[in-house]
Amino acid sequence: MPENNILPFRQSDDPNTRDVIIQAEDLYISRADRNLLSGVSFAITQPGITTLLGPNGAGKSLILRLIAGLMMADSGRLSIVPSISNSLALVFQTPVVLRRSVHANLNHALKIYGTPKSERVGRIAELLVLADLTSLAQTPAKRLSGGEKQRLAMARALAARPKLLLLDEPTASLDPHATAAIERLTRSAAASGTKVILVTHDRMQAERMADDVLLVHRGRIAEHTPATQFFEAPTSEEGRTFLTGQILL
Amino acid sequence: MQDLWGSFQAAFALIVQMDADLAEIVLLSLQVTTAAVLIACLLGFPLGALLAVGRFPGRAILSVLTNATMGLPPVVVGLLVYLMLSQSGPFAVLNLLYTPTAMIIAQVILVTPIVAALTAQVVEDLNVEYDDLLRVMGASRLQTVTTLLWDARASLMTAALAGFGRAFAEVGAVMIVGGNINHVTRVMTTAIALETSKGALALALALGIVLLMISILINASLMALRSSTRTTAHA
Repeated sequence: MPENNILPFRQSDDPNTRDVIIQAEDLYISRADRNLLSGVSFAITQPGITTLLGPNGAGKSLILRLIAGLMMADSGRLSIVPSISNSLALVFQTPVVLRRSVHANLNHALKIYGTPKSERVGRIAELLVLADLTSLAQTPAKRLSGGEKQRLAMARALAARPKLLLLDEPTASLDPHATAAIERLTRSAAASGTKVILVTHDRMQAERMADDVLLVHRGRIAEHTPATQFFEAPTSEEGRTFLTGQILL
Repeated sequence: MQDLWGSFQAAFALIVQMDADLAEIVLLSLQVTTAAVLIACLLGFPLGALLAVGRFPGRAILSVLTNATMGLPPVVVGLLVYLMLSQSGPFAVLNLLYTPTAMIIAQVILVTPIVAALTAQVVEDLNVEYDDLLRVMGASRLQTVTTLLWDARASLMTAALAGFGRAFAEVGAVMIVGGNINHVTRVMTTAIALETSKGALALALALGIVLLMISILINASLMALRSSTRTTAHA
């Protein structure tokens, strides 16, 4: 079994299931006698934006970290189409930027992704325009505001033209203006064919962004439905409680 | 008191007139210590990074050894290097005893653990912040280490300057392996010891003042570096 517990997944020829790119079966994670994930199973299809929605501590970020290969489940099976697992990027809730200029951050990412030196200058210029950071290109990244750092993190994630973009509550600590910029970048990535999995606890954001919703509650998948259905008539008790604005404990 | 004041006056005169002996001793001291610190950095930076992010058998033992040898007694290091290079030692054929090279070797042994241990601490802290990002990006081990070392460059300069301070002020090891030979291996610390024992306080004081000024300069550079790091927010 690979170090990160992710198994290669062969896409089905069946028209009903051939768009499935990630399949989780009965994932369990427990720490200190507490079940963080309890029998999590789901199938994520492409294209579009899948939202992992749920209250804090539900296990959303854990699922994202499993998909990213940053941790292993105690048991269960997680399969990802190899062409997807080899081409993913992750944006963290708290943006991690290197101690270099904005330009150098992007150059570093492209270098790691193996982009030839001759192509880097042009690609960096594109990414700076995309993230509206051109005027800040030579600014030390650590000096940027929270929103600018997150835009840089998005630009860096998109530098490799990933097939799967994982977003772990990227707007949790941003103001509405910065949030709108991140959502614009996310939509743009999804429109260009990148599959997006967005973790959020913000119901309104999920409603704005999601094509389908995975509602996570207490380490379980409470329901997985198309977004229109979820926001009109959720199938689970947890979904109804969440949408009425009551605290989901 | 009159003698002391006279010694100070004579010492300042030697510094102002750029006395040839004084300049030669200061220059050799700087050459030996700079070479030793550069070599210690070449060894200590990668070793520290390896200790910080590497996962290999014996890492814990190596880490303990590195930390333990940070405070090696200089005279013991001098004695060991002497035994290695002396006529009965395994490296006698190199004819390095009582040469500046022997002094550099001794200082490298003293400084490398300091640079490595400080590097390991800095890189380990930075790796906590960067680890997930670099793993998701698919960075190789070499790319991870070079990224961490480059981004920790301001702190690594601090480690190098700490090593420089240690080597520059050290007397025991260079005295044993260098022999304090005039115009060959006489450096500031050994010259101060010798001139003081001879009662030639003017040159000893002049050297002491220069040594103190260089130490102050090193510390001032350190503070300036930290301040510039905060200003540019690169670290």
